[in-house]
Amino acid sequence: MNTGLSSAAAAPSIHVRDASLVYDRTFLFDRLALDISGSAWTVLLGPSGVGKTTLLRLVAGLETGASGQVESDDGAALDRRISYMAQQDLLLPWLSVRENATLGARLRGSVSNERIAAADELLARAGLTAAADLLPAACSGGMRQRAALVRTLMENRPIILMDEPFSALDAITRLQLQDIAADLLADRTVLLVTHDPLEALRLGYRIHVMSGRPARLGDAIAPVGPAPRQVTDPRLVKLQTELLAQLAEAARETAA
Amino acid sequence: MTIGSLIRPTIVFAGLICAWQVVVMATAVPPYILPGPSSVASVFHERIDTLADNAGVTLIEILAGFAIGTIVGMASALIMTYFRPARLWLMPVLVVSQAVPVFALAPILTLWLGYGIESKIAMAVLIIYFPVTAAFYDGLRRTDPGWIDLARVMNASRSAELRHIRLPAALPALGSGLRVAAAVAPIGAVVGEWVGSSAGLGYLMLHANARVQIDLMFAALFTLAVMACVFYFAIDTIARRLTPWQTEISIEKEDP
Repeated sequence: MNTGLSSAAAAPSIHVRDASLVYDRTFLFDRLALDISGSAWTVLLGPSGVGKTTLLRLVAGLETGASGQVESDDGAALDRRISYMAQQDLLLPWLSVRENATLGARLRGSVSNERIAAADELLARAGLTAAADLLPAACSGGMRQRAALVRTLMENRPIILMDEPFSALDAITRLQLQDIAADLLADRTVLLVTHDPLEALRLGYRIHVMSGRPARLGDAIAPVGPAPRQVTDPRLVKLQTELLAQLAEAARETAA
Repeated sequence: MTIGSLIRPTIVFAGLICAWQVVVMATAVPPYILPGPSSVASVFHERIDTLADNAGVTLIEILAGFAIGTIVGMASALIMTYFRPARLWLMPVLVVSQAVPVFALAPILTLWLGYGIESKIAMAVLIIYFPVTAAFYDGLRRTDPGWIDLARVMNASRSAELRHIRLPAALPALGSGLRVAAAVAPIGAVVGEWVGSSAGLGYLMLHANARVQIDLMFAALFTLAVMACVFYFAIDTIARRLTPWQTEISIEKEDP
């Protein structure tokens, strides 16, 4: 692809060690370890309140109250190498879709014609050319989330953290966005938190179920074949059954 | 703005004047208690210079008070947002500025600042300081935490975060504060004039009242009312222009 954004060379893998979070005198997780493979999608699944988001925010370097070491295999700092996408699109309502897409450059005072051209190219790939000058309020939920995806990509960073990015969308739009994301983020190190086992199986290279209190990570499930996988794939359907069973067990453990 | 939104107030206003005329004719109330619309209209015609001169003084008081109050209020809100000690020390001042009635402060301000426009401007500033500061401070503090997370991951400096996210996000709240301020600023100016002055519409009303020129008093009252309304709608329009993304939403909801 030629988006004016050199694709990130060899995205690093990330290792989280000794992640601990005490909330209300209970360990939500205690010396938890997580390995996020380089240039691949790692997916965290698990019941609500198990601490998935906290773990993701710990990697993002956002204040969480959790402690732990987050390191990359190349030894360099993670700061300025992370892009973050949340469940809410977080588009600024006073900026057009195009201006929102270049928000990072705006915030760092480095908006240029090249950046805007790059944004236009990515907006075109996300099917948002006609919406580039609209305010977010005039866009549908799917368009807004695509705009948020473009904004995330515009950061052109090797590590992408996504916290239930597609969960507020209808089923069809969700599948479309998963395809776009899988296509555009194929070479990045991605940590995806989701509630949706199907989403995990379509996109994940390694899938971990997080459960219990303090939380543990289940062994990685690794679906075969390149992402995005077809929902009709019988192997996927079989894995989904197993995964749902694991999630039901996880919900029981966590509630107990 | 539709034609209907202009016609309705015109009809209401014309109706009120008719009712006024009917009351005057039906009750045969003496003109030194309630002059009829026609005698007030003729005073308008005869004393237009006096009315204009005094209206100009009051207008300057209102505008200056509004400008200074807005700037000081916005600055206070910004300082309170960013410096914790300022928050702790300024909050009591803010509360006291409202707890003490402005009417009680008027004689002191006149004593200190004299009979000129300074004491009236100070009154207007005092009366609008609280609504502006409280509204803007609230707006600055209620920035969507998701936007702040996004800005942090995008390595925005605090000033960029303020300029691109917190400030625009607080504009709708500031707009509400400015509307309240626009409505009460004339009160501050006129109260100041009542306590002691030699010019202004408030002064003219007291002066005319003492000389039983009730028709002139009514004319001054109308001038003040029209001025206050025009000022309010001007500020309302500016506040809307500042937040066009808000107007867009409200139009959708109001007129299907």
